[in-house]
Amino acid sequence: MPTAIEIFKFLPKKNCGKCNFPTCLAFAMQLANSKAKLSDCPYVTEEGKAKLEASSAPPIRLVSIGAGESKIEIGDETELYRHDKKFFHQTRYAIVISDQASEKEATAKLKRASDLRFDRVGQTLAMDLVGVRNDSGDPARFASLVSRVSKESALPLILMSDDPTAIKAAASAVTLSRPLIYAASGGNYQAMAAVAKELKFPLAVRHDDLNGLADLVEKVRAAGVEDLVLDLGPKDLRQLVERNTIVRKNAVKKSFRGLGYPIVTNACGNGQGVLMALVSTMKYGGIVLLDDLNPAHAIPLFVLRQNIYTDPQVPIQVKAGLYPINNPGEDSPVLFTTNFSLTYFTVAADIEKSRVPAWLLVVDTEGLSVMTAFSAGKLTAEGVDEALRSSGVLEKSKKNMVIIPGMLSRMSGKLQEMTGTKIVVGPRESSGIAKLLKSL
Amino acid sequence: MVEVPVPREKWSGKIGAVKLGTSSAEGGSRQAVEVGGAAGMPFLSYEGLGKRQLLVGEVIDDPSLLTDLAVRAFGDSVRDPVTWAKRWVDEFHADLVCLKLRSTNPESLNASSEDAARTVVEVLKAVSVPIIVYGCGQEEKDSKTMEAVSNACARERLLLGQAEEAAYKTISAAAMANRHALIAFSNLDINLAKQMNILLADFGVKLDNVIMDPLMAGLGMGLEYSYSVNERIRIAALMGDRMLQAPMLCDITTSWEAREATEENDQWGDAEERGTWWEATTGLAALMSGADLLIVRSPRSMAVLREAIDGLRGGQ
Repeated sequence: MPTAIEIFKFLPKKNCGKCNFPTCLAFAMQLANSKAKLSDCPYVTEEGKAKLEASSAPPIRLVSIGAGESKIEIGDETELYRHDKKFFHQTRYAIVISDQASEKEATAKLKRASDLRFDRVGQTLAMDLVGVRNDSGDPARFASLVSRVSKESALPLILMSDDPTAIKAAASAVTLSRPLIYAASGGNYQAMAAVAKELKFPLAVRHDDLNGLADLVEKVRAAGVEDLVLDLGPKDLRQLVERNTIVRKNAVKKSFRGLGYPIVTNACGNGQGVLMALVSTMKYGGIVLLDDLNPAHAIPLFVLRQNIYTDPQVPIQVKAGLYPINNPGEDSPVLFTTNFSLTYFTVAADIEKSRVPAWLLVVDTEGLSVMTAFSAGKLTAEGVDEALRSSGVLEKSKKNMVIIPGMLSRMSGKLQEMTGTKIVVGPRESSGIAKLLKSL
Repeated sequence: MVEVPVPREKWSGKIGAVKLGTSSAEGGSRQAVEVGGAAGMPFLSYEGLGKRQLLVGEVIDDPSLLTDLAVRAFGDSVRDPVTWAKRWVDEFHADLVCLKLRSTNPESLNASSEDAARTVVEVLKAVSVPIIVYGCGQEEKDSKTMEAVSNACARERLLLGQAEEAAYKTISAAAMANRHALIAFSNLDINLAKQMNILLADFGVKLDNVIMDPLMAGLGMGLEYSYSVNERIRIAALMGDRMLQAPMLCDITTSWEAREATEENDQWGDAEERGTWWEATTGLAALMSGADLLIVRSPRSMAVLREAIDGLRGGQ
């Protein structure tokens, strides 16, 4: 992004106010902060416009694939490390179906792509894309599978073929908009770029050498295609990490912008698909193409993605409410904690480990931990009393007793008065919960 | 032809290399190993890879609270720490063994410090790899246990766990007395990690005897915090902060305690396979953010992690 002073050079310096800012410098400052549009100035020169637009483009282009609800967006990242600000557009996973697959296999993979859907702390974790690969060499056969997949799955598509004719044939059979074309390479880029330009589809560009890739990208751009994704052709995990890092760092930290596009990793056929997907999730991957994904691997992969793409400034919260653990009943004790996910998961795991049935009430503290919430006034005797009542837990448990976090011992008197229930001050550390529960 | 530059960071600092175990030439009986030594961010060979990341097999002398799925491969061997350790090394090629002396817990079995030290000696006899030893987590008892262990294994250069802000003096003394290395534990915070190393240095422990444990949270239980804390520690160390230049250890065995790791659920796939990858994913996140040593519970996830380290280092 250019600075206000750099932008100012291209402005007319008339201070005419037509941009709705009193001076050109004020306007330039707003532009630098992305709070105004350059087109609001009637006098900026064409040359200035071109220069400013080029230098203010995001370091990594935002590319969207598909349309409607399942449309995905990748790219537009600005950081190397998630703690510097956050990562914006999460890694996406695709299951790839060959056009030589049997009817049964194609059906199974399509079902898998739609079945891999899990709800977790208020978010849906799911498969994102389906790829169709032209292994048969027959454009008609490819087009027919593409047509079937686009009718039976709502997920955005990836059309995988080295043959521009097959891509064109498949494109006419697609009922979903804006599939990704995969891929242009040294041998076919001219025809592929022409097809992508004509259809207005995003295009993957593949080369297993970064210099060669940058060369190819330049040519494809010159042919008029801008919505690109890059396949860096890593043959092992080391190349995956190193090349992804080189491309990301050049784009966001250095002046080299020639590879400022999101990255697609083809992990089909190498036997390390899950590892490649996991590493891509942590290190700058946009899309990962997989032969298939076992649900037992999908859940850890999806949860890792959810973790890495969490905004570091906003902790994941769990939903406030009553959580029964180890099948509690009338004679089970009641505990409460906050809805900061780290606190909740630790406490819930320690109760589970104790194997003692218990009711865990999660109080909404806006995602703050026990001590922070208490200090900030987000965790009060009144709030806890209200949560206890609205959850109905005091009817479910007849023990007439509530265990509170050890750090909240100061709250016990007031809470006992308000609820009329016996308050037991629990341990300061969650690890002591098991011992307390067993001693009751 | 366009030339794509390799954006090599010019780091001024480097992670120290810490030696564990001592060979017979030095009076011990191990195949000694070195950890650490990285000169750049993890797995960027153009910045400087350092020593190979090592995998440690977990052995607990009181396995009563263990999830069976994680240790199924060991069968009945989990009742005997010596056999368990031996199988880790012989069958599953663990680089080190971590012996957790949970039996010493005064609130359960309350084994004596001497008994615990004898177990360590027996395990040392059974395997040739270096050994990490933890107590039961009860401060007073651990002091006694570590003193006994330190004396019983005087020339073996164990890695003793763990020194924390409220309890580091006895264990530091036990480590220094017989030249063992020491784990500096801190709770998910770069400043606490640094503070712990400063306390140890002030007490007289040299940094080349220290391995940091910044607490790795399991997948789905706050892994994102751990990932960023580890990265920040590694970046600060490479930028020249002497007090953070110790190698990093992550214990990923708690991954198995997340409900989602092993809960039976028809749509979630096989529970043992899922648990395996839950631990492996946690381990991979630890490695990618800077870990040099991983304590692992399941031999199956250790195999996944070994394959990952091989691939990430390109065979180096």
